[in-house]
Amino acid sequence: MKILRTLFTALRALRRNPMRALLTTLGIVIGVAAVIAMMEIGRGSSESIRTSISSMGANNIMVRPGTVTASGVSFGSGSIKTLVPADCEAILRECPAVRCVTPLIQARAQLVYASRNWVPSSIYGASETYLDVRDWTELSEGEPFTEHDVRTANRVCLLGQTIVRELFQGESPLGKEIRVKNVPFRVIGVLSSKGANMIGMDQDDILVAPWTSIKYRLSGSSMSMVNQSANTASSSRSPGDLYPASASGLYPAASSNSTLAVRFANIDQIYASAVSSAAIPDAISQIASVLRERHRLQPGQPDDFQIRDMTEMLKVLTATTTLMTNLLLCVAFISLVVGGVGIMNIMLVSVTERTREIGLRMAVGARARDILRQFLIESVVLCLAGGAIGILLGHGGSLLVKQFLKWPVATSPGAILTAVVVSATVGVVFGFYPAWKASRMDPIEALRYE
Amino acid sequence: MSLIELKNICKDYPIGDGSVSVLKEVSLTIERGDFVSLMGASGSGKSTLMNILGCLDRPTAGEYWLDGREMTGLSADERAWTRNHRLGFVFQSFNLLPRTTALENVMMPLSYAHEALSEQEERRRAGAMLTRFGLADRFQHHPSQLSGGQQQRVAIARALINQPPVLFADEPTGNLDSRTSEEVLRLFQELNTKEGITIILVTHDAAVAQHGGRIIHIRDGMIAAPETPGGAPVQGGPAA
Repeated sequence: MKILRTLFTALRALRRNPMRALLTTLGIVIGVAAVIAMMEIGRGSSESIRTSISSMGANNIMVRPGTVTASGVSFGSGSIKTLVPADCEAILRECPAVRCVTPLIQARAQLVYASRNWVPSSIYGASETYLDVRDWTELSEGEPFTEHDVRTANRVCLLGQTIVRELFQGESPLGKEIRVKNVPFRVIGVLSSKGANMIGMDQDDILVAPWTSIKYRLSGSSMSMVNQSANTASSSRSPGDLYPASASGLYPAASSNSTLAVRFANIDQIYASAVSSAAIPDAISQIASVLRERHRLQPGQPDDFQIRDMTEMLKVLTATTTLMTNLLLCVAFISLVVGGVGIMNIMLVSVTERTREIGLRMAVGARARDILRQFLIESVVLCLAGGAIGILLGHGGSLLVKQFLKWPVATSPGAILTAVVVSATVGVVFGFYPAWKASRMDPIEALRYE
Repeated sequence: MSLIELKNICKDYPIGDGSVSVLKEVSLTIERGDFVSLMGASGSGKSTLMNILGCLDRPTAGEYWLDGREMTGLSADERAWTRNHRLGFVFQSFNLLPRTTALENVMMPLSYAHEALSEQEERRRAGAMLTRFGLADRFQHHPSQLSGGQQQRVAIARALINQPPVLFADEPTGNLDSRTSEEVLRLFQELNTKEGITIILVTHDAAVAQHGGRIIHIRDGMIAAPETPGGAPVQGGPAA
């Protein structure tokens, strides 16, 4: 009640000199506008930096088969084939922290087109979600292959820029047939350029095809020398009617009398993408438990697979985000301090200018704390009003930046809330000294002040 | 019991190492319903005496009894309460808040009163007060839109809004022409006789001082020759 009355008094006092009120609040207006604009533009930038980094694979999780140890001799990663396509489906179905997942078959083979040939560093057989997992959905030309292509093991492929340059030399590869180990594949799309990865491998030196095509139509996929799966697959390569189009018959059934840990449709790797970089630890533990259950591993038995994430990239990602956030906080803090000092200056001038008013108010019975409260509320009201105008200006500014400079911008309700709280705080902190000074005036001196 | 009683009030101001004595052992009694003129040349100490009487300043020594309460020992907040409820002030330069309507100027002391009134009630009281002083059609005028006499009447309305028993007027006619001065002084006399408000008027003008019922001369920080309208000089000290 009393506060409300003081609020009205403060508003009346401010209304008496709107120009001064405007100038006083200008510092806060600019400060808060700067904070809001910086926050929104900064968040937009950091969001787009984050997206670029995660397109390098920071959100990716790789699952590889485990090792075989015989008589104390380990055969190293991938020496046993334990992963099957159904594992992929189970992971996608049962792990909420996983956004999408693809099986991966690796091969090494020579590509031939007309008189030119090239051995790409990677030939990947994957499902249609591969591009999604790798954040690589933008093709420079053509179309990605579809689920239907995977089901029917169509001989279609996507090429990376390096292969296009080496084999086609300026020609458009779309619709052309290249031969992979003498198996013709039709080029249906060209991947956008991705450059080298973190360890310097050319990521554009890549051919991506449906994993069924690579596995069943191409002999000599990787590991074919060390286990039977590829041989099993390659042996059933030539007769086309062995690859039924129906989903149920997609994978050859495991033979019941097999004593080896070999599955007929095993795959070299599973590539998964977490819903966000923060969800990676969750995703890893979910994948592990799904795979352990599917592979019927007893508690205490070692995993027959290995899960890796891009720890190094994640570190870069986290460091970048933290750096951006801290940078923005510094800018925001400096702007608000500058604004606050502005408020304090003009409030001090205002107190001096209104010395007689203060003396009069004291003479008619205002206590020191009434004067203190009045000036404090005046400065808080100024700061809040300034904050509100600042929020509008800052938001408008960032929208203009988005409109004309095409910078990414992200609205930040947190920043708006912070700006309101901070401008009220600035009002109290920087309004206190002038208000205290006013409340300590001697009424006689103040009344006599010219 | 007298309304105001000063006993041996002294006021010293420190200057450098020593101090200068502005009021020297002033003793004075003012009765309820008096109209007292404090007269004296500038530097005589009449303003200091007025500030002490108005609870704006504290004496270095002595006692000040207002309406049965000792004032010199009160805290700043208690003195503020006293100024708000018991005393009214009218100044030479009116001291109205600029760019604020007459009504809001009059309402101002109410906002510092302890009992919270509704905004409506405050407006009603302030309006009644202004109407009483012939400013019924000036509620929404700013001080700059009012004549000197009207401004001083707004100031008087403001001084009386909390119904204090004592009204202090510090050179209230100093900025007014003789005709308006006369009007304002007649107003004071009216308030004194009709409402029984005790009026203490500070002036250096003998003609103005004549309007009061009693004139107290101050010279060099002492009460020189208090006299009554009857002309019989009374020695300084309790005149009751």
